[in-house]
Amino acid sequence: MKIRVPLALTFVTALVMIAVFFTPHRLGSYVQSELSDWMAVIGGLGLVLGLISLLQRHLRKIAHRQQDWPYSFVTVASFLLMAVLGVGWGVQDESVFNWIFSNAYLPLDATMFSILAFFVASAAFRTFRARSAEAALLLTAALVVMFGRVPWGQLLFEQSPMVAEWVMSSPALGAKRAILLGVSLGGIAMSLRIILGIERSHLGGDG
Amino acid sequence: MIEKLLHLDRRVIFVFIALAVGVPMVGGWKFDQGSNPRTTAVHKYIEDLPDRSVVLLCFDYGPASMPELQPMALAIAQHVLSRDLRLVCMTTYPDAPLLIEDTLATVVERLEKEKGIKREDGKDYVNLGYRPGLVNVILGMSADIGAVWKTDFNDRRYGDLAVTKGVRTFKDVGLVIDLASSSTPGAWVVYAHERYKVKVACGVTAVMAQDYYPYLQTHQLVGMLNGMKGAAEYEKLVGLESDASKAMGPQSCAHFLIIALVIFGNIVYAVSRRRARRQTP
Repeated sequence: MKIRVPLALTFVTALVMIAVFFTPHRLGSYVQSELSDWMAVIGGLGLVLGLISLLQRHLRKIAHRQQDWPYSFVTVASFLLMAVLGVGWGVQDESVFNWIFSNAYLPLDATMFSILAFFVASAAFRTFRARSAEAALLLTAALVVMFGRVPWGQLLFEQSPMVAEWVMSSPALGAKRAILLGVSLGGIAMSLRIILGIERSHLGGDG
Repeated sequence: MIEKLLHLDRRVIFVFIALAVGVPMVGGWKFDQGSNPRTTAVHKYIEDLPDRSVVLLCFDYGPASMPELQPMALAIAQHVLSRDLRLVCMTTYPDAPLLIEDTLATVVERLEKEKGIKREDGKDYVNLGYRPGLVNVILGMSADIGAVWKTDFNDRRYGDLAVTKGVRTFKDVGLVIDLASSSTPGAWVVYAHERYKVKVACGVTAVMAQDYYPYLQTHQLVGMLNGMKGAAEYEKLVGLESDASKAMGPQSCAHFLIIALVIFGNIVYAVSRRRARRQTP
């Protein structure tokens, strides 16, 4: 029962979705709109589930004074503060919620991401080396593209943007298209396996 | 000595990067970005849209990608609202509705202050807010946009807004621009452009740009803004010197340093290999 019901649901839903996708009928449009609402409801429930799971995990960590529990305390306190402010006083333009979002969350998130620049530079120096003919080819292509993308490159060699554009729109594009086709065919095959119940690993089986 | 250089302390590299970013930022260094035909194509398409056309701007990114994508959003919104066009904003990212609010407030204030152009919320622009599940949202919008977005971010009914009057399906949309930090432009091309022939353009982070070259070559995308450089190019096209133009100085210097580090690392590596070979009997 645990396996058959989800398999039947998957199969029927897939048939409905395929029929709706290829049917230019008003009923199809209606089903599409309804499904969009379902998706929003499922998305909302998924978000709540995720939040409960997050809270449980961090509250347990705080209760047992596990390693780095003060970070968990900050997480829970921030979560509760934003939830109370958002639900109680709204999230519109001049709300406290929006002020914290713009002046704390946005800069913090952007800062975390910008730290990447330091690690990318360090990793590029350490690992991007011509250890073989293939690596040398990759390295040359990367340097040509990087050179063409920065204004300095254009100052040193006027044609560098054109050369970079050729690398991007000819050899790289060919390879990209091949990967795209491969991935798409793989995606279709996997979808068919799931719809027909051949692939069951997502249900906890052995597939 | 060679061994030391080969295993250069990462903190030394960090200092170099900090200098490469900090010095141009403090010194206000600027570089001419030139122009890219893919950026110009987006600008031209918006320029050629008839008055009161609808531009659907999708904010499919979170704060982590803001440095690259937010300047694009500001420049495009400014371009659209400086003309007599309607701007409809939406997102499938839960943390983006407030980014939309911020963008619209900044642009409307800037237009009024600098150009004396007054734009009204609900009449010239609207923030529809957030809906999960992009593919379903696109397919739903293809049937009835108002059925997917029943209310906007400020709880006003879709049907009551002047800005969305007569905007029922993709046939009523002049251009969709997806500003994305993930694979969402691909979904717009596949489900909206290919099925309903709505024109789609995108603005993406630089690392993702290569993914969309196939769609550009086949003209399934009108154009593309590529990373911070794309944003700076667009700012130049709309006569704006804002965040992206200012950030290009530090970014260009950091990129140049990375190129120099890669070349230097390979020279040191080649020398060390040659020495190792000579020492091997």
